[in-house]
Amino acid sequence: MISDLEALPANIDLAIIGAGPAGLAASTIAARRGLGTLVLDENPGVGGQVYRAIMANPVRDRAVLGADYWRGEALAKEAVASSAQHAASATVWSVSPLETAGYEIGVSMAGRSRMITAQEVMLATGALERPFPIPGWTLPGIMSCGGAQTALKASGLIPDGRIVIAGCGPLLWLIAWQYLNAGASIAAILDTTPRANWLGAMPHLPAFLASPYFAKGLKLMRAVGAKVRVVSGVEALRAEGTDKVESVVYTKGGREQSIAVDVLLLHQGVVPSINLSNAIGCRHTWDEAQLTWKPETDDWGVTSMPGLTVAGDGVGIAGAEAAAERGRIAALSAAHRLGKIDAATRDRDAAAPRATLRRFERGRMFLDALYRPAKAYRIPQGDTIVCRCEEVTADRIRATVPLGATGPNQMKSFLRCGMGPCQGRLCGLTVAELIADERGISPQELGYYRLRPPVKPIALAELAAMPKTEASTKAVVRV
Amino acid sequence: MTETADVIVIGGGIHGCSTALHLAMRGIRVVLIEKDYSGRHSSGVNAGGVRQLARHLAEVPISVFSMSLWEHIADLVDDDCGFSNHGQVLVAESEPELEAFRERVDDLKLRGFIHEELIDRTELKKLVPAVSDQCPGGVVSRRDGAADPFRTTQAFRRKAVSLGARIHEGVAVMGLRRNGAVWRVETSAGAFEAPKIVNAAGAWADRVAAAAGDPVPLEVIAPMLMITAPVPHFIDPVVILRSRKLSFKQFANGTVMIGGGYRARPYRDENRTVIDWRQLADSAKTVWELFPIMRSATIVRAWAGIEARMPDDIPVIGPSASSEGIYHQFGFSAHGFQLGPGVGALMAELVATGATNLPIAPFRVDRFKDGLAATDH
Repeated sequence: MISDLEALPANIDLAIIGAGPAGLAASTIAARRGLGTLVLDENPGVGGQVYRAIMANPVRDRAVLGADYWRGEALAKEAVASSAQHAASATVWSVSPLETAGYEIGVSMAGRSRMITAQEVMLATGALERPFPIPGWTLPGIMSCGGAQTALKASGLIPDGRIVIAGCGPLLWLIAWQYLNAGASIAAILDTTPRANWLGAMPHLPAFLASPYFAKGLKLMRAVGAKVRVVSGVEALRAEGTDKVESVVYTKGGREQSIAVDVLLLHQGVVPSINLSNAIGCRHTWDEAQLTWKPETDDWGVTSMPGLTVAGDGVGIAGAEAAAERGRIAALSAAHRLGKIDAATRDRDAAAPRATLRRFERGRMFLDALYRPAKAYRIPQGDTIVCRCEEVTADRIRATVPLGATGPNQMKSFLRCGMGPCQGRLCGLTVAELIADERGISPQELGYYRLRPPVKPIALAELAAMPKTEASTKAVVRV
Repeated sequence: MTETADVIVIGGGIHGCSTALHLAMRGIRVVLIEKDYSGRHSSGVNAGGVRQLARHLAEVPISVFSMSLWEHIADLVDDDCGFSNHGQVLVAESEPELEAFRERVDDLKLRGFIHEELIDRTELKKLVPAVSDQCPGGVVSRRDGAADPFRTTQAFRRKAVSLGARIHEGVAVMGLRRNGAVWRVETSAGAFEAPKIVNAAGAWADRVAAAAGDPVPLEVIAPMLMITAPVPHFIDPVVILRSRKLSFKQFANGTVMIGGGYRARPYRDENRTVIDWRQLADSAKTVWELFPIMRSATIVRAWAGIEARMPDDIPVIGPSASSEGIYHQFGFSAHGFQLGPGVGALMAELVATGATNLPIAPFRVDRFKDGLAATDH
């Protein structure tokens, strides 16, 4: 494990960004195939979000996080034991193409930065939660299910007080189940899955029943349902309170209801994290089934930029096990491009991962259709805040379209939405869908923010102190 | 179907939009063609400096004229464009540098321009308290300031449209040719015809110029800017340096923009730039040395807009040297934003009357014929 900036290799065959399931599986394969491989991850340990803190978890009782979590242990051990190098607490803040071939990567460790180069780069940066912009969602006491899960995995923390979980999607049930295992009491689960979604999901049911998702999901929902009041068909969800959240209000069957809460966990699915692939300059497309942007890739994970692959949930949500298979496939393609294996070997070795991946991807279509978030929860109205960093409301965005803000980038220039430190992670999808809705066109026609590096903020002092020698400049040019 | 007009403006940046507006104000039928959208490149993402300070002598008259429009910008375009004038300060880093600035200010005065004012250490500290004590003085242009570039370009576009200008965005010029007394412009959305064409195509203007028989040594550049997360308010005027590349401005929300002319790698055919972090590290170092207060700031974004630079760092403004009815307005070499309102008015005057009230001879398109080639940076 590399924990010192100077110990990073100046140049490497393959740099993998992210040590979640995709990055871990990819690093093992790439190292075995003889690629000089470096995995960079901003967390202190490997595992990514799903297997967070897998090698050093404070939650001793294995039943709390469940077998699916601990499945990551073998993956992590294999990767750590391989010849791939792992840099922990290493934040990648920029990846840019070199003039000839390869990439330059800006890495920050312990408050200092330097640039390294790689022939190939694999982005295994996973997913982030879809924004859930309901009235009152910025009140203290409200957090995302993902944030709650991070605190549980990394520190064993569960919040005090009355907890309500609202939204839809598999992760909602998983966090509820893990909370119950950890001894938390949950006042209610408010399921916002639109009833009409069942109709669209039914055609995908057979593939789902045949996929590994089915048994897992059913087990979770049964276990949670036995212990917690679950309200389905929840509409018009909003949070109320003055200094902090005090109640969650919703309608069911036309009748308004209210529950007193101290903690409200919101979640309506995860979407690919595209900040890095976007900032590098990859082409992206709108996925109408998953209602999100994703980088354009071929079936080896290669993007529109040569030598740049994306693996894992970053190319479309399919879960941890599918992510690992995508990592293996992308690693094989990198090994082939760098001359370590021939095409026949690459294709042969990719056959088994592809077969597994297909089962997950086909099962996924049912989940995508069933848990498709309602329009009202994606495209807010009135003075609901859309951009938290700059406090821009839905109304202001709609009113600015006629001034010439016909796309997200123009909107950014007018209202600064997406210009805060989160770089659109919390508002990008909402802003795009809102403008598209206002103009009556699809997000694909509209396009997305052109995101700017650094993809993670960097201290001015750190940039100023970056080593800049003639030799290092020349070394970059030669690569 | 062919759309006709009196004048076709190619390019929807601040210059094209300003010219379209001023032509429309004269009652001239104008069509503007923009390959992306108005303000997509430099005009929308530049530092927003509205500066007469430290300009090339040839540019001073048009810059001063443009400033008179900026000071009443809302009267012109019905939008204040985010313009504020807290002054711009050129900081001298050494006594010899200050001496050179003194000569320059004296020379300007002899020519009748009094906007630049030499200041000593005390006045510098008063205007820019955060500057390092090492700096012996500088030059201030008190009426200078800054505006919001994208908002400004859009305001010019909207006002032009409200006065009858027809603006076609997402339409790329494929070629132009003479058709009797009119020019025919072939585009991705059909043909346009007009007796006159204004080439305000920015980083792509050399292609239009070449088609008109005026080859120019245009260099495509992408000046980089970066911006910090908000820091407590500490500076009002825009600050620029000469010997080291730096410009520096704090916004009302506390964020600080750092620029100065280091360049990204431009790919004009892909509308793309690649940031050069090693050079931005140099900018960061300069800030770190001159503004100790900035040492705890955080950089949140860096970007670069694509534009054109001419070998002598001043623009091309004026009629074609070889084709009747073609006019050029490009190559503003990373300092064209402030000139936008004024040069648009001059260009409309030139197109309408055949002459301008202010001297534009230094900007003629054929001045590079003696073999002055684009320099490679």
